Amino acid sequence: MERRRRLGPLGVLTHLALVIWTLLVIVPLLWTFLASVKSEDEIFGSAWSLPETLRWDNFARAWEQAHIGQYMINSVIVVSFSTFGTMLVGSMAAYVLARYPFRGNRAVYTLFVAGLAFPFFLALSPLFFVVQNMGNIPVIGQFIGLNTHAGAVLVYIAYSMPFTIFFLAAFFRTLPTSVGEAAMVDGASHTRVFFQIMLPMARPGIISITIFNILGQWNQYQIPLILLQDRDKWVLSQGIADISTAAGYDADWAALFAALTLAILPMLVVYTVFQRQIQSGLTAGALK
Amino acid sequence: MTFNRYRRGLFITSFLAAPVILYLVYVISPNIQAFYIAMTDWRGVSATPAFIGLDNFERLLGDNVFWKAVGHNAALLVLLPVITIIIALFFAFLLNVGGQQGVSGIRGSTFYRVVFFFPQVLAVTIVAVLFQQVFRPDASGMLNGPLMALGLDPIGFLSDSSFAFWSVLGVLVWQAVGFYVVLFSAGLASIPKEMFEAAQIDGAGRISMFFRVTLPLLWDTVQVAWVYLGILAMDVFAIVWVMTVQQGGPDWSTTVMAAEIYRNAFGYFRFGYASALGVVMFLFTVGFAILSLRLSRRERIEY
Repeated sequence: MERRRRLGPLGVLTHLALVIWTLLVIVPLLWTFLASVKSEDEIFGSAWSLPETLRWDNFARAWEQAHIGQYMINSVIVVSFSTFGTMLVGSMAAYVLARYPFRGNRAVYTLFVAGLAFPFFLALSPLFFVVQNMGNIPVIGQFIGLNTHAGAVLVYIAYSMPFTIFFLAAFFRTLPTSVGEAAMVDGASHTRVFFQIMLPMARPGIISITIFNILGQWNQYQIPLILLQDRDKWVLSQGIADISTAAGYDADWAALFAALTLAILPMLVVYTVFQRQIQSGLTAGALK
Repeated sequence: MTFNRYRRGLFITSFLAAPVILYLVYVISPNIQAFYIAMTDWRGVSATPAFIGLDNFERLLGDNVFWKAVGHNAALLVLLPVITIIIALFFAFLLNVGGQQGVSGIRGSTFYRVVFFFPQVLAVTIVAVLFQQVFRPDASGMLNGPLMALGLDPIGFLSDSSFAFWSVLGVLVWQAVGFYVVLFSAGLASIPKEMFEAAQIDGAGRISMFFRVTLPLLWDTVQVAWVYLGILAMDVFAIVWVMTVQQGGPDWSTTVMAAEIYRNAFGYFRFGYASALGVVMFLFTVGFAILSLRLSRRERIEY
């Protein structure tokens, strides 16, 4: 009880600072949600007016005419495959590099981790032509060239390797060796030890880095920007970026706000449910 | 025994094959090619681009737009980490040890952390389009609406070349702060409570507690934050490309290296020149990495 009184001027100021930043974060989002149910005239009339009627049809237009629905599906397809692929091959490589000494191990590991030092924009032009050339490979080329989701998935996976391997290799090194060795004595194969013993043991690390990759790949913009130039292949970040330039459908501002809302709300829901895991997943890399 | 060794070798090879091949094809080879392409006049059409040595590099020395971009990256490299780290340290301190008893968190600290972190989860393009609307130059803008209602002149947050850069910086800080609040909070949580209690018994006020106890103990985490934010500042692209007028304007006042590389490659189809700019960007990035490793060596505090 005594301590309550100590909320002096300093205490008030600190609370005020926290409240101000909270408002800085929340207000632009609420304002967008508000504008998404206003009419065009109301949006241009005054920034803070309330809508007379709730225009839910803005959302229908955003979904259909602005193709937000299509882009969202594309994003889900690309990110599902790329994150799964990243985790599969990334954890396999990290495990071998962390636990199996062999000649060249160090070199391979360094090669992967060195990728962290290269800015993506150095590889920008050559990468475009590498993927274009992939498209010329007989039979499989049509699936992995430019403007294909599978092609983008492979590139996403490749560019996710440095961080995934760096993080997971460190994680595998901290796990005890005894359980795996015991299983080997009992006749389990290397592969089986990995999938049935080591992967389950590495679960906390796997979850963190999976969240990291899902978010990073969902938010990816520059890779699809150069590799997926066909409108019907676009992912959500491209679709959203394009709306503001109004190339697609003559500056339908009401639908723009609806589209933004459609892109933000799922993230908000997922974030609210998994905020603890997301926070630890994203900061995990920095704390290692 | 030899059979076992054979099996082991086979296992290693099979587990490494896919990631190594993908990585060589899509990451290593383009990065190496970039250094060669940078010495050609390649425009994407001719099958055999002419080798022109260092001409591209000579030309970029006189490229005013590119140096403007470098200047903006340099400004961001200093301002983004400094501002973000100061704000985030302040909030992390309040939320974790700034409570009324001096060593406990403030009430509602979980709520604040959850809210502050949220912008980090949003795609940069979403943030860019969102703030394009917030910054609208007329009465329909979230900020200019109230300003004009008060009878003030609207501010050209994005349309005025003396404001636009600061708007970009503001949005970057807005998105980044929450991440570092959480990061510093995690760092603070790993410091034993007794350290703070001892300081408090010795009569340390909140301010000296921050500078004498918290900051030195968090120094490692601050360094990590510095490197992360530095990389972010060097790599800025989507915010500038999507949010600003004329993709880096007005009048090149917000453009960055990444935007100029993209513009030269996919706007002007000067792939050779764009790769030369990429090489310069790479050198700056490596320079920053070496510099920050050098500067950040300081004695670790063991506890």
